[in-house]
Amino acid sequence: MNVNRRNFIKTSGMFAAGSVILPPFVQSCQNVQITDNVKSYLNHFEVSTEMLQKVIATAMSKGGDYADLFFEHKTTNSLGLEDGKVNRAYSNIDFGVGIRVLKGDQTGFAYSETISLNDMQNAAKMAANIANTKATFNPGAVNEKTPSDFYKIVNKWDDVSVKDKVPFVQKINDKVFALDEKVIKVNAFLNDETSYVLFFNSEGRLTYDYRPMISFGVVCIMQKGDQVENAYSARSFRKGFEWLDDNLIDELSKEAIDKTNILFEATKPKAGEMPVVMGAGGSGILLHEAIGHTFEADFNRKGTSIFSNKMGKKVAGDFINIIDDGTLENNRGSINIDDEGNDVQRTYLVKDGILNSYLHDKISANYYKVAPTGNGRRESFRNIPIPRMRATYMENGTDSKEDIISNVDYGVYVDNFSNGQVQIGAGDFTFFVKSGYLIEKGKLTQPIKDINIIGNGPQALSDISMAANDFLIDNGTWTCGKDGQSVPVTCGLPTVLVKKLTVGGTNA
Amino acid sequence: MTKEEKYSLAKWAMDHALEKGAQQVSVSIANSQSSSVEVRDEKIDKLEQAIQSGLSIRLFVDRKYSAHSTNRMKKKDLARFIEEAIEGTKFLSEDEFRTLPEPALYYKGGEKPLDTIDLDFSKVNPQTKIDLAFAIEKEVLEKDERIISVSASYYDDLNERVMVTSNGFEGHSSSSQFGLNASVSVKSDDARPESYWGESAIFFDKLKKEDIGKIALKRAIDKIGQDKIASGKMAMVVENRQVGRIFGPLISALMGSAIQQKNSFLIDKLGEKIVSDKLTITDDPFIIGGRGSRLFDGEGLATKKRTVFEQGVLKTYYIDTYYGKKLEMDPTSGGTTNLVFETGNKDVEALIASVEKGILVAGFNGGNCNGTTGDFSYGIEGFLIENGKITQAISEMNITGNMKNLWSNIGEIGNDVNQSSSWLTPSILFQDVDFSGI
Repeated sequence: MNVNRRNFIKTSGMFAAGSVILPPFVQSCQNVQITDNVKSYLNHFEVSTEMLQKVIATAMSKGGDYADLFFEHKTTNSLGLEDGKVNRAYSNIDFGVGIRVLKGDQTGFAYSETISLNDMQNAAKMAANIANTKATFNPGAVNEKTPSDFYKIVNKWDDVSVKDKVPFVQKINDKVFALDEKVIKVNAFLNDETSYVLFFNSEGRLTYDYRPMISFGVVCIMQKGDQVENAYSARSFRKGFEWLDDNLIDELSKEAIDKTNILFEATKPKAGEMPVVMGAGGSGILLHEAIGHTFEADFNRKGTSIFSNKMGKKVAGDFINIIDDGTLENNRGSINIDDEGNDVQRTYLVKDGILNSYLHDKISANYYKVAPTGNGRRESFRNIPIPRMRATYMENGTDSKEDIISNVDYGVYVDNFSNGQVQIGAGDFTFFVKSGYLIEKGKLTQPIKDINIIGNGPQALSDISMAANDFLIDNGTWTCGKDGQSVPVTCGLPTVLVKKLTVGGTNA
Repeated sequence: MTKEEKYSLAKWAMDHALEKGAQQVSVSIANSQSSSVEVRDEKIDKLEQAIQSGLSIRLFVDRKYSAHSTNRMKKKDLARFIEEAIEGTKFLSEDEFRTLPEPALYYKGGEKPLDTIDLDFSKVNPQTKIDLAFAIEKEVLEKDERIISVSASYYDDLNERVMVTSNGFEGHSSSSQFGLNASVSVKSDDARPESYWGESAIFFDKLKKEDIGKIALKRAIDKIGQDKIASGKMAMVVENRQVGRIFGPLISALMGSAIQQKNSFLIDKLGEKIVSDKLTITDDPFIIGGRGSRLFDGEGLATKKRTVFEQGVLKTYYIDTYYGKKLEMDPTSGGTTNLVFETGNKDVEALIASVEKGILVAGFNGGNCNGTTGDFSYGIEGFLIENGKITQAISEMNITGNMKNLWSNIGEIGNDVNQSSSWLTPSILFQDVDFSGI
């Protein structure tokens, strides 16, 4: 082992993504002007711009219109606490390159887990098969693109030892137990992820990204008499080790305790349609499910979304502005470049109540003849990029939360969710409410729990009749699944009133 | 990688870990290959091909535990990976319950193969795959003027895995899968109902290759005019392929981790009648050609045929080595294999015919179940049943209740078993389910 032992233990992450690089690769015949930044990524993956151009030429050799290479090296480390001790750790290293060829809106794709010219050429040949003519491709100039910088951090997870992370996980356990005598079990986790991405395409664009992610959470299990309930709290950001501190532990602990305590008194509402007040923050799941997915341009291009052909049409009240944003500082859903090498934007889906833009990947942007919106994302180098959300939220309205609640005679107030889903064509969307309150005669009364709420996207959007000025992004561990691919996202909302949704519950 | 190469590398990794300070080690190496083709508008939409491999290692170091995986398979990279993992593990807390399984419980080899792999996997011609997808699309194209979009796909994958442990286990397993799917969107007044149908099989020759597009189209058209109806307590028939969604939480509640962590509504219920006496389920790992068949589990424990529910009485939990030690129970294996339901004598149509007023659930939309209490609420879509006949497509409704009550209120178990899953679920009729609609 050629690593200094002492230094090695200090940096044992488990795995330092950066340090797994083999001895620096000496670049041969580097005939283009590129910065040291991008050079370090080329070195990391042991490739040269010449190699990239050769692989692209192979990918284009059957007459493809476009090709790209997506190199990724991702390391994930996880610490887990159960029965009072940080007694388990997990880690994963994933490394490889995805090669994609487009012919019109057709896609050929293959990947390789080993990065040698030969293996990449083989994968490129497979992907090239989406086209079926013979062509010679002459690579143009390499055009380096400096990515944005939406997640500045101080201490990279690469450099943080298990030893330094363990105390935070232990502390959150001890804090939760100290806060309430009813606590019988605590589970806690700390997951850090570091991803290095290098991108090159047949247009010559060469770019890169360093993507850190941290998720920290706690599950609290309480018992009162015979009744056992549990709830959890978690946060996730593209931040470094400096983010962990005692205030965060206090905040998460208290939240887990409060969310669990409310469940002991909670019941179910009566089943049926009623007004739903969506509390600020996590209620952004409403936008994600009811609107976000149906605005993804692949569904609209194929005509399968209920919002197909609604561009430029009025879909909501004048006061409604809905945004999908990849640029929020340190946000879990932010990316410096999307996974097709495009710049990332703050995209208005709905502006002043009018459908303003779909969420595009390269294929759909070409189809609609619009500029890419930076929504082409993929789970890893093993997957084809498709239009995905980032941070999806609604801007403030002018009402107050109190006004909105006092407007409801009988309904529910919800602000704590576990999951949601949507049917793109029917427009039916759902979200599962972990806890909330009944609203009776304009006041929050009885706590409620474990109910599904279902509605129809276009209807729900036009039924948002009030919005407060208390906009909040929820920084929980939101993960969105589509076509078998998971990507990190977030969502946010000010308190809003939806005039009518169908609430799960009991029938008299 | 050949099987021998995988064994050799796994043993090398195990020896390296033992040499560098681990007292017990388990290593598995898996590789897979897959391909898929999706067609749309009579063109290939997506063509994908993949080969992958990875190593996973479980380390028991100074009474401390960790588990790791990587796809960087060069010995030089693996050596460093294992060394770092061992060093990191030393910073954890001790866990007296972490050990490899008792060697006496390991699978020892010798049993007949279970036919979980098509040995002719590589012989399927790439053009055949494309042709099959186009044939499925063709079943739908121009068959109805309301069609907006059709896509059809073929996929296959082959998985091979070896595992070795430092206390004597050696085993390998393999599986293959072939599948065909169709998805169809149609136009109705203001919505675009979509449906999907698929078939899959371990053997290419056994894959059902026809009518997939036809069924997807019919299911999409049947949805036209979907609407919600008034809330109420009604009978519910759940289609065989959908039963897994509401059956899953019963199985989750039987897991050792859930029991020990108090995240189950079936704690201390062994031997008790907890659901309807119409429910009898056997976990049978030895079905030849079964989708969940296996000779050993993820830890190497030899699998056994066992009863899960017998006329509503709970007969077993799913206990792995770790939670077995924590719970002071014998390990039974930590996961399901093939779940065989004792069936009745009606198919889904006959079950529908027996219902005066109720809802046929043809799909779920979101929802969840609280693992601690068994309280659930799910979005559903399907059809209203009146006097034994389907009268209307419904959607945008929820069902809400408690798992113990739901499964105690079985009206009748069907006989139309879903063969495309390891959970061999028939259609089931439940009584008195709370639906929320208007």
